[in-house]
Amino acid sequence: MASTSDRLSVYKTYKLYMDGGFPRTESGRHLKIQDDQGQFVANICHASRKDLRDAVVAAREALDGWSGRTAFNRGQILHRMAEMLEGRRADFIDMLTEQAGYDENDAVAEVNCAVDRLIWYAGWTDKFEQVFGSTNPVASKHFNFTLPEPTGVVTIFTPRNAPLLGFVSTVLPVILSGNTTIAVVDNPAPQVAMEFAEVLNNSDLPGGVINILTGVREELLVHAGGHKDIDGILSVGPDSEERETLGLEGADSVKRVEFLEGHDDWTSDEAQSPYRILPFVEFKTNWHPVGR
Amino acid sequence: MNDIPKPREQLFGDLWEYSTAPQGSEFVQYRDEYGHFIDGEFVDSEEWFDSTNPATEETLARFGVAGEETVDEAVSAARRAFEGPWGSMAASERAKYIFRIGRMIKEKAREFAVLETMDGGKPIRESRDVDIPLVAAHFFHYAGWADKLEYAFPGVDDPEPVGVCGQVIPWNFPLLMLAWKVAPALACGNTVVLKPAETTPLTAMKFAELLQEAGLPDGVVNFVNGAGDTGSTLVGHPDVDKVAFTGSTEVGKIIQKTVAGTDTKLTLELGGKGSNIVFEDAAIDQAIEGIVDGIFFNQGHVCCAGSRLLVEESIHDEVVSKLRHRMSTLRVGDPLDKNTDVGAINSEQQLDKITRLVGVGQDEGCDIHQIDCDLPETGYYFRPTIFTGVTPSHRIAQEEIFGPVLSVMTFRTPSEAVEKANNTPYGLACGIWSDKGSKLFDVAGRLDCGVVWGNTYNQFDPASPFGGYKESGFGREGGRQGLLDYMKHS
Repeated sequence: MASTSDRLSVYKTYKLYMDGGFPRTESGRHLKIQDDQGQFVANICHASRKDLRDAVVAAREALDGWSGRTAFNRGQILHRMAEMLEGRRADFIDMLTEQAGYDENDAVAEVNCAVDRLIWYAGWTDKFEQVFGSTNPVASKHFNFTLPEPTGVVTIFTPRNAPLLGFVSTVLPVILSGNTTIAVVDNPAPQVAMEFAEVLNNSDLPGGVINILTGVREELLVHAGGHKDIDGILSVGPDSEERETLGLEGADSVKRVEFLEGHDDWTSDEAQSPYRILPFVEFKTNWHPVGR
Repeated sequence: MNDIPKPREQLFGDLWEYSTAPQGSEFVQYRDEYGHFIDGEFVDSEEWFDSTNPATEETLARFGVAGEETVDEAVSAARRAFEGPWGSMAASERAKYIFRIGRMIKEKAREFAVLETMDGGKPIRESRDVDIPLVAAHFFHYAGWADKLEYAFPGVDDPEPVGVCGQVIPWNFPLLMLAWKVAPALACGNTVVLKPAETTPLTAMKFAELLQEAGLPDGVVNFVNGAGDTGSTLVGHPDVDKVAFTGSTEVGKIIQKTVAGTDTKLTLELGGKGSNIVFEDAAIDQAIEGIVDGIFFNQGHVCCAGSRLLVEESIHDEVVSKLRHRMSTLRVGDPLDKNTDVGAINSEQQLDKITRLVGVGQDEGCDIHQIDCDLPETGYYFRPTIFTGVTPSHRIAQEEIFGPVLSVMTFRTPSEAVEKANNTPYGLACGIWSDKGSKLFDVAGRLDCGVVWGNTYNQFDPASPFGGYKESGFGREGGRQGLLDYMKHS
């Protein structure tokens, strides 16, 4: 870590982000994070099954409030996230270069793109329903329309690369429709996501909408797959064993299990799409007679 | 109920006997046996099973049982067609084939309707006026999408079909479920291997004959007959790119496990335990018609049936009284009689299941009411039944009975109605009856289900997406949303 003269730097304790607060893992376990030179960076929480279950409770409790906000208001909050991240660009660029092995250009590109992607998805909250919903010309005297609604509580196994941009690119399209999430972070620099939790916490985002667990992905897979109060799972960059585990465990509650290969370069335009909103919405069709 | 004496009831039909009004069946043609339909030809089978007419218990024809080898041949044929003529055909030409199928269904509509009724037991009034017209409409609707797909997927440059689709359908709407599966798949440029239900394969085989007349290229649509083992082989076939299943939640979960860890795409349309919610400000007589349609349409063999009636407490007695009165005019019997409202239960096995669950309802202490009518001596029939005094924890309020059996419960506030309606792992369809629009659409938005019928029930249309929330499955059939899972996009 960069230090000037003889001043002793302050280490930061990274905890979990749950229900709008920063609790330690109930398990008391930790994982040691090092930078690409092998230097100590931080001890982070090694989340347990119980932490996952607590996060699901928080996400479930937050669901009605978040999905009940107007789409316009959700857009404003996503935009506020971008504003907060913009203000802390330098912090994240430093983190990526000093702790995650990024060179300066790549770090700047990732942080800039994360801000821009937040803005891009912020704009989708009150538009995807018009693009993907419909009024339907049925052959009878009925008014018939179809709207997407959020699936519910979604667990996201976030990418193993791009600790900031990968997180933003996969979590945002899931929550913008009104879902709440538990994001599991297992990558070489998970403290970046926890730093981003501070951005979230300053963005008027209601507690429990995004919950973040750092830990070991393989350990939480089976518990997330089998949890009956998790409605959907997004797994980014799964291996074949993970696909099978989540598919098998999820089937018992007919979970929506979506796999995304991920990207080497998350700044690519291909890493953002309104079609990433669709795996975790449910289309509801309403009928009503038209007559006198 | 209070003690005010009831006025003397006079029922429509009390003073005379209905004459029979039989739909003739002498003109329909079908073979004694059908193996499978692969690569444009009917092929022989080693094993066979019989399909019976549930109204008479007579055998109609025998059908093949496809094993691994046969399924593999069908999938190979579909793959060849996908990589060959169908895949390279201009989309506008593909559209014309699908239009042609829709038109030809219409030409043969009455024969299809009669066969559907003979094989499945549903009243001819329904197969003639609902099933078959919707089949034709479904092909007609999706045909037009075939050369307009770039408008269905905004922002996607060149949407591509997924490939070979393996589809498994149920016995309650045999040809209609076939249409829901095949039409969007073909419109998107895919090819198909479909397994009809083992109690109702006849109209699929007649449909195969129609495809031959239509000149659809060989291998674009293939049928393999058989029961669960055949379906399991099909959905687990490594060269199937997409599986679509309609049926029970139990089997849906097995299929989801089967495809776990593979690249096979999946959509499921599964069971339901729909609520019909009646508020005190509803137009009661219309609601009664909707309740009857909701649960007795197609003998209650409907995944989206309104099998739970949630009535606002203040009007419970009035609604139940009017419902019993309306039920007493239902005519149960010969499905080929044009006056019949409630036909035959689809199979002996299903009749056993309904009988068993109704027994459970009685054992649990719910009050049963069944209509008083004569049932034919042969065939599988069940009297329209309602249970009152039901609570959400009773099994008949939780389990899908898939028969003409309604469980009646009460509520006091809209929130209680929503909570009770959502208190099930299923989430397919609900009805709401109220003359207050703001309340109706508020409740509609809070129900966890894929279809909400406001002041109506059991309406279907090819332009209208249909499908479930929660354990009623995922994916939509109908409308533009019905194309989503048959194309690649990201």
